[in-house]
Amino acid sequence: MTDDGAVRPAELVCVPAVDGALADGARRAGLRACPEPDTKTAATAVVERRGEVAAVVVDATGRGVLDAMATCKVLRRLEGGFEPIVVVVTPAQLTELALRDELYDDFVLAPVDAEELAARLRHLAALRRSTLGAEVVAHGELTINLETYQAAVAGRALDLTYMEYELLRFFAANPGRVLTRETLLSRVWGYEYYGGARTVDVHVRRLRAKLGEEHAHLIHTVRSVGYRFG
Amino acid sequence: MSEQQAAYVLRVVEERRIRFVQLWFTDVLGRHKAFHITPPELEDALDEGMTFDGSAIDGFSRVQEADVLAKPDLDTFQLLPWHPDGEGVARVFCDIATVDGAPFEGCPRHRLRRVLDGAHDEGYTMFVAPEVEYFYFDSLEPPGPPRPVDRGSYFDLGTDDGIGAVRRHTVRTLEEMGIPVEHAQHEDGPGQHELDLRYTDALTMADTVMTVRHVVKELARTAGIAASFMPKPLAGVQGSGMHTHVSLWRDEVNAFCDADDAYGLSPLAYRFIAGLLAHAKEITAVTNQWVNSYKRLVPGHEAPVHVSWARNNRSALVRVPTVKPSKTDSTRVEYRAPDSAANPYLCFAVILAAGMAGVRGGYELPDEATGNLFDRAQGKDLERLPSSLKEATDTMAGSALLHDTLGDHLVEWFLRNKRAEWADYAESVTPFELDRYLPLL
Repeated sequence: MTDDGAVRPAELVCVPAVDGALADGARRAGLRACPEPDTKTAATAVVERRGEVAAVVVDATGRGVLDAMATCKVLRRLEGGFEPIVVVVTPAQLTELALRDELYDDFVLAPVDAEELAARLRHLAALRRSTLGAEVVAHGELTINLETYQAAVAGRALDLTYMEYELLRFFAANPGRVLTRETLLSRVWGYEYYGGARTVDVHVRRLRAKLGEEHAHLIHTVRSVGYRFG
Repeated sequence: MSEQQAAYVLRVVEERRIRFVQLWFTDVLGRHKAFHITPPELEDALDEGMTFDGSAIDGFSRVQEADVLAKPDLDTFQLLPWHPDGEGVARVFCDIATVDGAPFEGCPRHRLRRVLDGAHDEGYTMFVAPEVEYFYFDSLEPPGPPRPVDRGSYFDLGTDDGIGAVRRHTVRTLEEMGIPVEHAQHEDGPGQHELDLRYTDALTMADTVMTVRHVVKELARTAGIAASFMPKPLAGVQGSGMHTHVSLWRDEVNAFCDADDAYGLSPLAYRFIAGLLAHAKEITAVTNQWVNSYKRLVPGHEAPVHVSWARNNRSALVRVPTVKPSKTDSTRVEYRAPDSAANPYLCFAVILAAGMAGVRGGYELPDEATGNLFDRAQGKDLERLPSSLKEATDTMAGSALLHDTLGDHLVEWFLRNKRAEWADYAESVTPFELDRYLPLL
């Protein structure tokens, strides 16, 4: 209990396990480290103990970044989303974090320094307190409310299918970057898609149709490479 | 169906104040069916599907297995933009399953998916782009032949802007629904229009064709006119076809394309065309499924009559459109028999099955047809497509390919239904007979 009587979240969920450094870091940040062996149990923990979970640490060193990101994705897409998420990576895994920024809030390098982890957790908690409210991604006249899944352009609501929404959200989170079809397939569709890179072209064309002539240019074609947003 | 998708759909229903969700599906003959549920029922429908009495739907159930399940495919959840804000209506396409959850044999969407999966197992994905033709009429109520709303013809700019406005509104609505239209133009016949749809994978396109027909009719109705996809509504004027452009892709490569070939086609493409030609007569009952379809497949009205292929010859059954050297990804074949009143799921399924039979069996392609086959004399050495629904169904009945592709359940029902349609037609006394014989005999 804090002075004002509110229960402060006190749990640091660690996927897949708690080791000495994580336990120590949690303790220094005023938290209790709880192991959750896999994505499913972690998601259940967050749903059932939402008010108590202060943050989730996902360790990618043992099972790889792809697997760790799958966990992050599930947590992010829980009703109402979840943050903050900290991932643990080896220096060699750093490059794999590129273009996945929306899936985690911070990272620490393995081997984990307990004091550094505690400092990052305190910093994330402070940031979170200052930015409460719906999270909105905006680019020019386009806005995407990540909480309500509503996208609008110049005030006009866009009625998107789920994949169109996911694609637009990914574009808007990475403005100005050239994104290859392969990147979009692996980051937006994951690995279950049908029809290869042409699927991306089909969806981009559908998105442009919905954006309307005036705003279709938000998604540029970069010839024989892919697309650039913004 | 993923939980994220379900969460997305339920949230959109809430945020956009959707009052009704229409569960869309298609009967064996390609007629659009729907039932409407309210948002509180949606969550259950997403989890478990909606049970309904399939015996009420043509081709679905025998009486002893009447109940079937409609299972929403959440990829297809889409608002219908012509409903006012605050009274939103959304649609979602459904797959039909038996009550124990297995895919239902009579579901056209399931049949198409099965054929696509077969090709996919061999590494191929089918992309399709149809050209959908239809007429606008004053009204669809008999008596008398329908009256076209304009007297325009091919590529007319449209001085009568009533109709131009309806078509523009239709195209804009389709675009808002994520259906890109490459061209919209006035066709040859009075009141006839054409929408060329941008390619997608075949399943999405079959859904899209159902959506396009619904939107065209709905928006015509609200404008006080009527649209019809009947294959040949007016004697002496060309009918409404659905020329279907097909390409197969392997990984990121157009498998029909070979830049070194004189026609730019790969050996696979030649075998695919050979398959289409070899099985054309068997699949015609599906691509042209009504008595009236065969009034379109006659010489002299831009519709194929003979089993033939050619590069850039509009009288051939299979046409290979010329592509620019910089656009070899657009390499494709165009199958010109289907009409706008076909069941798009079954139509694309049998086209792919016929083409793939040629690929798997290494079929040899006959010579290209030269000259204008619409000229009756030119086609005399070529085989003809069936000239009536009766001939088409009889050919289909003996086709192993069709039984394989569509399943015995569906083929048997289809043949029964079509033979009954033919019997009704054969017994009817037509205006032609009255006009010609009554005064004379």
